[in-house]
Amino acid sequence: MSYIELKDITKSYHAGNNILEQINLTIEKGEFFVLVGPSGSGKSTLLRMIAGLEDITDGVLKMNEKVVNHLQPKDRNLSMVFQNYALYPHLSVEQNILFGLKAKKVSKAEQQKRLKETAEMMGLSELLDRKPRQLSGGQRQRVALARSVVSEAPLCLMDEPLSNLDAKLRAQMRVEIRRLQKQLGLTLIYVTHDQVEAMTMGDRIMVLNDGEIQQVGKPITLYNEPANLFVASFIGSPKMNMGKTEIKDVSNFLVNKTLSFSADVRMQKAFQVHKNIIAGIRPEHIQPAIHQEATHSLEVIHVEQLGNETSLALDVGGELWTAKWPGQWDITAGNQLEVYISTEHLSFFDAQTEALIRPASFSGHGEVQAI
Amino acid sequence: MTNMTAVITQEDQALFVRTKRKQRYKQFIKGILFLLPSIALFSVFLFYPLLRTIYLSFFLTDASGATTVFVGWDNFVTLFQSTIFQQSIKSTFLFVLYTVPLTIVISLFLAIIANEKLKGIGFFRTIFSSTMGISVAAASVFWLYLFHPTIGFLNIIMDTFGLEKVGWLTDPSWALIAVAVTTIWMNIGFTFLILLGGLQSIDKYLYESADVDGAGYFYKLRRITIPMLSPTLFFVVTVTIINAFQTFGQVDILTQGGPQNATNLMVYSIYREAFTNYQFGSASAQAIILFIIILLMTIIQFKLGERKVHYQ
Repeated sequence: MSYIELKDITKSYHAGNNILEQINLTIEKGEFFVLVGPSGSGKSTLLRMIAGLEDITDGVLKMNEKVVNHLQPKDRNLSMVFQNYALYPHLSVEQNILFGLKAKKVSKAEQQKRLKETAEMMGLSELLDRKPRQLSGGQRQRVALARSVVSEAPLCLMDEPLSNLDAKLRAQMRVEIRRLQKQLGLTLIYVTHDQVEAMTMGDRIMVLNDGEIQQVGKPITLYNEPANLFVASFIGSPKMNMGKTEIKDVSNFLVNKTLSFSADVRMQKAFQVHKNIIAGIRPEHIQPAIHQEATHSLEVIHVEQLGNETSLALDVGGELWTAKWPGQWDITAGNQLEVYISTEHLSFFDAQTEALIRPASFSGHGEVQAI
Repeated sequence: MTNMTAVITQEDQALFVRTKRKQRYKQFIKGILFLLPSIALFSVFLFYPLLRTIYLSFFLTDASGATTVFVGWDNFVTLFQSTIFQQSIKSTFLFVLYTVPLTIVISLFLAIIANEKLKGIGFFRTIFSSTMGISVAAASVFWLYLFHPTIGFLNIIMDTFGLEKVGWLTDPSWALIAVAVTTIWMNIGFTFLILLGGLQSIDKYLYESADVDGAGYFYKLRRITIPMLSPTLFFVVTVTIINAFQTFGQVDILTQGGPQNATNLMVYSIYREAFTNYQFGSASAQAIILFIIILLMTIIQFKLGERKVHYQ
């Protein structure tokens, strides 16, 4: 059952200069949907159009099967959390939470009931008399969430709600928002530029760049089978290593003029169709040559010990590639390192169209472990 | 080894103290140097005249302003017994009462409508703030013509509606109102501009959040705009009140304090006492009284304002 439906949604401020280009999308009821993209990609504009804060230049926006293009924000039955929380600085936490209910003339008894429930749920009961400036960043964030919760709107929009928090608090709030969404059965549309947030929170993710949809799908799908070079480099941290690929002879190809791999029949065919090919490999797939025989030897430029894993910067034909090895490894920068890289971990993209030719072939089996 | 670490001799201690004192002294000199220009300016144009005025208020003077006889508080006593001075204080307070609330309300209204994002709003913003660029003299002369008993625009309007003509500047019951209207018109530009600035600095997300919450226009105005604007409003009220107490130019050009002293506001009264009657002692005493009134008003405002104003 589709709850929100976008059909050919387009936005432009000046004629002929579209910020969003024909966005088609459906969002299910109860789904945690993440819009992710670099700044300026139009993700916030899209969210604001769904909220009704921006006009829709062209296209149809439906909620619950009804066209809502013309409706005011207040008539769309949704709540919104802003990046800077938009708390009223002159009102106490309690008044902030009740602002919307008072505006809608909800009865006093109902207001108090909802306030009590929400404050307890969000752990704000002790803070109701404080002003926003007397709260910490995390507490302000909670008040902003509480305003959404208290409205009991089935759809909640969030515009980079965690970007003003420090890393530790952000990780904690991620879990809290996710739990809240599940608990209340909210449909949540969440805008972020942080791919970690997108990956960890979303049921589905839409990657947006320059006003165009790059890919929509489950986090794991986006990671394993990125539809194009942009998604491949945007999703995943550290990002996917990429290198230009050339045919060396009939059965071998070279990546970055350094790494040699043997090409199977499928690859040979691909090289006939696509002129320029870019190969990509995730950092965790450049593996230590322990269980397998070393396939390549690379110079180590830099080593980062993170405790639970070791991040290596390797020189591959003049470019820096990253490898991520679990555990602690005693490796010295400057040395040659024996590594194992399997062809089946390589993804291939067309350099001209940037589209995926072949995902890493292990995908879908082996990597994701079901319990 | 361990013994050596914590030993600080008395000589060291003395050296520390001396160095610290020297640094503090240097800092102080530096600070004074930065303050020097304003100290000099304030002294010449503010502190000296203030002290001189206080000094003069206890003396009788000759026509050149030189002190002749020390009279103590006599100047003040005489003033409070004088009906003309009482009338002057009454007129001044009435004038403040006429001008300040109306200036604020009209400017606030204009600022709110000019804060909308509409095509060509810049034109209206310019118009609304334009009186700020007009000098008191020019504005007064302009209004002098409007108030003219026979060829003035206002009386022509009265005439066309079949109403009796009004002696705007010659009728004692109208003159103060006429001067007040002129003053309001002149002050709107400045007040409007400051209030518009205050409105524009309110975070637009607050309104968007309220839109999503379903708040109506007047609800937003009452619950967001006015409270968020309160620091600006407070500033504007304070400045407008002080300005109203110090009104001079309009009175001088429009009415010269008349008719029957109806528009003899305090600053004009001071001016007349000093430069028409050559009573510098009495004029100084009036100036001191005005100073105290303005000081008290401002203190009261700050005390009241503290509770009502929401600073971020």
